[in-house]
Amino acid sequence: MAKAPMSDLPKILREHESQILDQWLRLLTQNVRTGRGRITERELQDQCRDFLAELRDAIEGGNLDDIRTGSFDRLRDMLGHISRSRAAQGFTPSETAIFVFSLKQPVFEMMKSETASAESWAFGMLLDQLGLYSMEEFLKRREEVILRQQQEIAELSTPVVKLWNGILALPLIGTLDSSRTQVVMENLLQSIVQEGAEIAIIDITGVPTVDTLVAQHLLKTVAAARLMGADCIISGIRPQIAQTMVHLGVELNVASKASLADAFALALHQTGRRVTRISSNDAKTSGISRGSAPGGLTGQANIGS
Amino acid sequence: METNSGDVLVISGSDDVVRVRQAVRAKAIEIGLSLVDQTKIVTAASEVARNTLDHGGGGTATLLTVQNGNRQGLRLIFEDQGRGIADLDRALTDGYTTGKGLGLGLGGAKRLSNEFSIQSTPGKGTRVVIARWK
Ligand SMILES: Nc1ncnc2c1ncn2[C@@H]1O[C@H](COP(=O)(O)OP(=O)(O)OP(=O)(O)O)[C@@H](O)[C@H]1O
Ligand SMILES: [Mg+2]
Repeated sequence: MAKAPMSDLPKILREHESQILDQWLRLLTQNVRTGRGRITERELQDQCRDFLAELRDAIEGGNLDDIRTGSFDRLRDMLGHISRSRAAQGFTPSETAIFVFSLKQPVFEMMKSETASAESWAFGMLLDQLGLYSMEEFLKRREEVILRQQQEIAELSTPVVKLWNGILALPLIGTLDSSRTQVVMENLLQSIVQEGAEIAIIDITGVPTVDTLVAQHLLKTVAAARLMGADCIISGIRPQIAQTMVHLGVELNVASKASLADAFALALHQTGRRVTRISSNDAKTSGISRGSAPGGLTGQANIGS
Repeated sequence: METNSGDVLVISGSDDVVRVRQAVRAKAIEIGLSLVDQTKIVTAASEVARNTLDHGGGGTATLLTVQNGNRQGLRLIFEDQGRGIADLDRALTDGYTTGKGLGLGLGGAKRLSNEFSIQSTPGKGTRVVIARWK
């Protein structure tokens, strides 16, 4: 594109800087909520001023066609930074894109009087490119956040806890999609080996829906645990889930108990242990007799190790 | 019988199956289904939605609240333009699967619903409608 006639824009941006800034800011503050953990009006002002200055520098040489070229490096950096921080601060996509797009009107108004329409067309296209770039950076940041959260959820929410020597528990919480189930299974099998566990209790109190896919994951986990030498007990099957499983026709073919406490009692029994209540005086001094698990498990229960 | 226009959800990934379950659960609570009925319709929806995704190559779920006299209910329509099912009886048989599943989903969804209908044309697609009444 011809470069000579483009030289008016930097001049317009320079000469009408304060008018353009004023109007741009007015448009922005109508559409973007400031404060409350977000940017302040002051910061928004600074961003507008700096952006306008960088924009002027970028188009000084007459290039309005392609924002991927070198003269736009600094402007892109800056816009990328602004857009990503919008994502982090919980702005909507519209609130983010409006930053660039609302600059159109104030600049166009200054142009009308001074330049030909070819230039306003080119400037419009330029802002469209910048707006798209802004959205890409905004989304990139959002995707990073989502990915990180997914990984955190997958790892954090699948702890294997040791209840007693040889007895492990795996409290499952949330949706068992395939990637998470993989992590769950690996964690459990590894712990079974590490602890030389005989029994693993899988508690599904926190699993909202047990459909055929979840059932299949559970069956696979049970089968794999068996190969490692551990028996599984499934606990926390709520009444409505039990009914649903019957209608589905799913059979887990493992011992199951209503609560984790019952499953633990069964596990102790199966490993040749018994929980007995110690005399009530001793229990009082130990301070943890109340709220004890069914079966009279207390702080100093006589459980052989 | 009155019917509203309904919400349409796209099913194109396993996240969408989760979203369908959540939307169905929310609607079921809204019309006051009991906990057992909620769980049944959510589980049935999960099965059919996953079939739409896995066997039908993706599609849509439409959620409708329906009124019949003073009975309220939830009707769900699952549609895909996938390969379709040649033998419906066989597909509904427990243990029959062309994939790696348990083969219990379709029959289970039928048993968990008050209404169940399926139409399928090989090469054209599949439409499953389920409903649960209060
Ligand atoms: N929307 C569909 N499009 C094409 N084929 C389907 C569709 N839904 C079901 N089928 C066919 O019917 C069979 C039985 O479905 P069903 O849901 O009972 O079992 P599954 O999906 O294979 O396993 P799962 O027990 O995990 O649900 C499927 O294996 C598939 O061949
Ligand atoms: Mg299925």
